[in-house]
This record gives sequence, C-alpha cells and structure tokens, in this order.
Amino acid sequence: MFDSLSEKLQAVFDQLGRKGKLGEKDVDEALRQVRLALLEADVNFRVVRDFVARVKERAIGAEVLQSLSPAQQVVKIVHEQLIELLGEPARLSHASAPPTVIMLVGLQGSGKTTTAAKLAVLLRKQGNQPLLVAADPYRPAAISQLQILGKQTEIPVFTQAGASPPDVCTAALREARSLGQNPVILDTAGRLHVDDELMDELAEIKRRTPPTEVLLVADAMTGQDAVKVAEEFQQRVGLTGLILTKLDGDTRGGAALSVRQVTGVPIKFVGVGERTDALEQFHPDRMASRILGMGDVLSLIERAQETFDQQRVQELQKKMRAATFDLEDFLEQMRQLKRMGPLSQIMEMIPGMSRLMKQAGDASLNESDLKQIEAIILSMTPDERHHPEIIGGSRRRRIARGSGMTPADVNQLLGQFRQAQQMMKAMAGGKLPKNIAGLFR
Amino acid sequence: MFRRIFRREEKDPKLEAGVRKTRSSFFGRIAVLLRRTEVTEDVWDELEELLIGADVGAATTDVLLQEMRGRFRRGEFRTGDQLNEALQERLVELLRTDTASLPLLSEGLTVVLMIGVNGVGKTTTIAKLGHYWRGEGRRVMLAAGDTFRAAGIEQLEVWADRIQIPCVGAQPGADPAAVVYDGIAAATARGFDTLIVDTAGRLHTKTNLMEELKKVRRVVDRHNVPARSLLVLDATTGQNAVLQARAFAQAAGLDGIVVTKLDGTAKGGVLFSIVRELGAPVRFIGTGERVDDLSPFDPEAFVASLFAVDAVDVDQ
Repeated sequence: MFDSLSEKLQAVFDQLGRKGKLGEKDVDEALRQVRLALLEADVNFRVVRDFVARVKERAIGAEVLQSLSPAQQVVKIVHEQLIELLGEPARLSHASAPPTVIMLVGLQGSGKTTTAAKLAVLLRKQGNQPLLVAADPYRPAAISQLQILGKQTEIPVFTQAGASPPDVCTAALREARSLGQNPVILDTAGRLHVDDELMDELAEIKRRTPPTEVLLVADAMTGQDAVKVAEEFQQRVGLTGLILTKLDGDTRGGAALSVRQVTGVPIKFVGVGERTDALEQFHPDRMASRILGMGDVLSLIERAQETFDQQRVQELQKKMRAATFDLEDFLEQMRQLKRMGPLSQIMEMIPGMSRLMKQAGDASLNESDLKQIEAIILSMTPDERHHPEIIGGSRRRRIARGSGMTPADVNQLLGQFRQAQQMMKAMAGGKLPKNIAGLFR
Repeated sequence: MFRRIFRREEKDPKLEAGVRKTRSSFFGRIAVLLRRTEVTEDVWDELEELLIGADVGAATTDVLLQEMRGRFRRGEFRTGDQLNEALQERLVELLRTDTASLPLLSEGLTVVLMIGVNGVGKTTTIAKLGHYWRGEGRRVMLAAGDTFRAAGIEQLEVWADRIQIPCVGAQPGADPAAVVYDGIAAATARGFDTLIVDTAGRLHTKTNLMEELKKVRRVVDRHNVPARSLLVLDATTGQNAVLQARAFAQAAGLDGIVVTKLDGTAKGGVLFSIVRELGAPVRFIGTGERVDDLSPFDPEAFVASLFAVDAVDVDQ
C-alpha cells in the first residue's frame, strides 16, 4: 500500500514561508524597473513589452517567499522566465552521411573567422578531423587570417584563389569527402542582411553544399537592430543556431534574448575571448542574470531561497521529532501529494533522506495505492484519525466495510503508519533504524 | 528636399533599393506619424518606441520626451509637424560640440590614433581616411599597429597597396608602441604630415590591453607631436557603446568619433548619449566597404535623413 515518507514531508513544505500574495501594484512597480533594465541591456523594445506582459500575468497572485520584498519576488519570477525563454543550450547536429557541414554567417566584424577556428579546435578535441574553408574572397587578408589560425592550431584550411564562394565551398566538400575530413566549417564573408546580392550568394552556398548547421555569429553588443538582422538571415538563409561573441566584455547581451525570441533559434555557443580555446557552452542562467543586471537583487534572492529551504528542513525536523503527525495529517498530505509530481528533489534536501531513498529503492506511490489509503482513512471518524490507537476489532471491521477493503488491509495501514511515525522520530533525532527497507514493502 | 548622405555617384538600382530599405526604418516612421495634426498620447508612445528602437537608449529617450512634453504643454508647438521640427532641432543640438568646428588635423605632422573594440571597422576606415585626406592635399602615411590579430598587419598593407599610400609595417607580435615610434620617425624624415596608426581591436574591459593603449598614446605625446584619438564605433552597437567610449576616452583621449556600417539598418542612435556625455564630435560616417564609403559628419543631414519619409512609408 503506502510505502514512503514523502507524504508527510510534503504537507510541511507547503505550509512554510508564506507571506501572502503579490498584488497588482507591487507587480507594476517592480516591472517598471525590470523594463528599464532590459531596455538598457539592449533587449528589443517589442520583446521587452511582450515579456513584461507575460511576467505580469504570472506574477499577480504569486506567493511571496519570506525575507523577500514583493519587488524582489517579482524579480525572481522575471529571472526564472528569462532563463526559460533563453532556452536550453543546444548541441551541434551531425550529418547522417558525413561530412557534417557547418556554415557560419553574419554581419561584418561579428567574429566569424575567429569562431570558425574555435569550433574546429573544439571539434577536434572531441575526436574529429575538421576542415576549415576560407570562403571570404572580399575582405583584404581574410583568407590569410584563416590560414594563420589554421597554422597556429594545426587544422587544415581549404582555399581556392579566384573562385566564387559557392565554388570554393563545393570544392572543399569534394576534398573533405576524399580525405575523410569531418566536419567542414565554412567561414563566409561578413555581409549586410540588406545586401540582396550577398544574401543571394549565401542562399546559393546553402543550396550547393547543403549545410547541416547554419549558425548566425552575432556580436553580443548588438543593439535593437539584432532583431532585424536575425529575422532577415533567418528568412533568406534559414538558421539552425546562434553563436554569441565577445561576451568577455561588459555588454549585457540583450540581443541574445531578442534573437532567441524572434527566430526561435537556439544559442549553441558563446565566444569569450580572442584565443582559439575561448568558446563555451551557453548557460541560460548566467545569461539571464547578465541581461537582467540586477546582481545584488539576484544574490539576495538566492540567499532567500537558501534560507527558505533551510527553514523548511528545520520545521520538518521539528514535526518529525515531536511525532505529532496523525492520520488526519496523513490524509491531508496525500491529497497534496496527488497534486504534486515527483518529490525526489525535495526529498534530497533533507539530511539523510537521499540515503534512505536509495536504500528503499523507488519509494513512489501509485494511483491505486493512494486511492485505497484515502478510502480507508475517510471511513474513519475524526477521533480515530487523531488517535489511531483506539482502533480495535469492531472499529476495524466497520472501517473495512465502509472503504470496501478487508480488516487485514486496515491493519496493515495502521501498522505501517506506526512504523513510519517511529522512523520519522528516529530520523529527526539523527538515528536511523536498521531495517529501513522493510518499512517500504 | 535635402541631400541624402548615402548618395552614391552611380545609379545602381540594387544600391538604391538597399538604401531605401535602410531608410524605411524607425526614424522614417517618425516623420509619417508626426504628419498627423494632433499630438495624442499614442504619438508620444510611438515616439518612444521609435527612439528606443534606434538605440537612443531608454534614459536619453526619457529625458528627451519629457522635455518635448513640457514644451508642448507650455504651448511652444501644437501640431505634429511642429513637434517633428522641434525634435529634429533638439537632436541636432545634441550632436553639436565645442570642438566640432575646429579642424581635426593641425599644420605639420598630426598622428591620428584609431581605437575601438574588435570588429568595428578600424582598418577599413583607415584606408578610407587616408584616401580622403590625401584628396584634401595631405601627405598621408599609415602605420600597421595591429600586431596582434592574425593577418592584422597584412590587412592594412593590402589596403595601402590598393590606394598607393605608404605604410610602415611590423612583425606580428611586435610592440605596437614601437610601431608608432617607427611611424613617427619615418613620417618626420620623409615630410609626411598625417600619420594614421592602426591599433588592435580590444574590449575596453581588458585592463592590460587598455594599459597598452595608454602606452601607445604616451609614445606619441612624448614626441611633442599633436595626437588625435579617433574612436571607431559600429552603428549596430547598443548601449555598450557608451561604456566603450568612456573607457577609451580615459585611456587614449577622445578627439573624435567615426561611426561605421551605417549602410545597414542600425541607426546609431547611441551617438546622442555619447556626444552629450563626452563632448567629442562625430567626425565621419562609414557607409560601406569601399574606400570612398566615407563622409564627413553633418549633424543636420544625419538627423534629417533619419527622419526622411520614403514613398514606402507613406502608406503605413
């Protein structure tokens, strides 16, 4: 039937740290500050407007953690929403039939060439044999630049003097296939999204290769224009990912949010320096903090959360130690349990709990178990729930009949409940009984 | 109407289309909406969106619009057209500085130091400036001071060769201060009066690199030669440009700004904040990758073209 302690813990958690709910005025005031912060961070005007509206919906009526002001609680929600919007970091795709072709595109000066070398270095570390392709015949010494980087990192660079970029790329692919080089990284020329001829050229390269990945390399300090640029590249060429460069500076990087929001394209990497090893995975939580820029508030929130978590644990231990937990409590918690999802994360916060869970194996209850337990307890009188020790033979029989179970089932529930009570008491006192697993069958 | 500063000599239909595309942007729409006679709350809201959308910045936009609102309430103007005019005038005012009317280059040798973060267009701008100043009768020499970036020196040398202007080179990894030293020696010896020095792009947050820049500036100053630091800013940059400008001004001095890549859709609105705060004038704008894609900065033309109405906009 029931086989875990999670129900009791649940109820305790839910009652702790409530300080009331966020009112509309609180939210509006806080969001004014947030809006300013996001605009200062170069998040696109429209993206900010939509984001703030969405947060407002979530924030009104939300619970406030103890030790946070309403404004700070709003910021907490904003931060969480930002992280969600920025999305999970995505991996590079691989072509089903090699070689994988990665095409780097973007405006002039965004950092494509340096990024191409960084990507090659990273992929080689992962056991590949990348080929760099110098597909920019326009910019003075662009080909030299890539060749020098190739020499510095000992990665081959394919060039073809006088050839058009689409021709260079197809020739490079041919060579890569014959030499078994994989992936092939195309470093294209920087170009304006409003330059029809050059955008057509990109489309042509894409048509003739075709690439597994088309990554927009964008400067993290780009302002409101980021949206236009990304939209245009997305429309004309089609993007599979974004690499944000020059994040080692102090730009807030709002462009990341704008581009993500407007194109739906995931951020795959971030560039954090000029050296060829300065390419990192994208961390949405770090990026969210950076964009929001409310460093001091965010650390306050972090501390508040820690305190909250600690408080929960302490309250819980108190209750367990007092063993004042009765079947009424138990019924209450089970109902809450039904609304919850997996409790493992909460469980792990309690000292000793994760060890306990490991020993007990999977301590989750299933639906029918819960229904049966609920039925039994509902058939009890309040007095019986508060003082289960008064339940003798005739009461047992009545309860069984009322719930459609057998007296043996009722007995089993009571027995397990008593053991659980004792165990909680022992745990709160720091001692664990020897045969824990037995409790959970 | 007024001269577009993006006008080119050839009538290339693709180029014309491109330019039209860039101008049907935020500021273009301002003029359309302000042609309405009434100034309603909606108008103020749209103005805010347009200004912020052009990277003017939330704070500066707020100050600007509060001011306009105050003047409107006091009855200084009544119609949308009048608001349009007043706003344009105010924006032009923000771009005026004390030094703007003074010549950048002095008689005798002037060393122009090109500074800025990575990828803004310093090297290309040097080629453009060399070509421009030579056209004005100066004797120009270049110094390839970007000894860090792969093919940084070569990039400038290719340009120098194209436009036939002498360039003092260096070995990759050499001390940029040494390159400047050599450049000044060569220019002095050979009677050149304009030395444009390229420096490696650097993020203003890198203390050691900013120290290096200070050292380069000191080398020039020690020669008792007039030095001018020109900050190159990318028009697509957002509010970080203000931080960049401050830091570079502090390290190498700031005598002027060149804003590049204005042939895109970014409007460079951040310039208003920068000029207002640092008092350094915008000297040139860059509008393409060719050597003649450079124009001396004209605040009125700049603001006017931002407000220009296109045939495409009128329907909106």
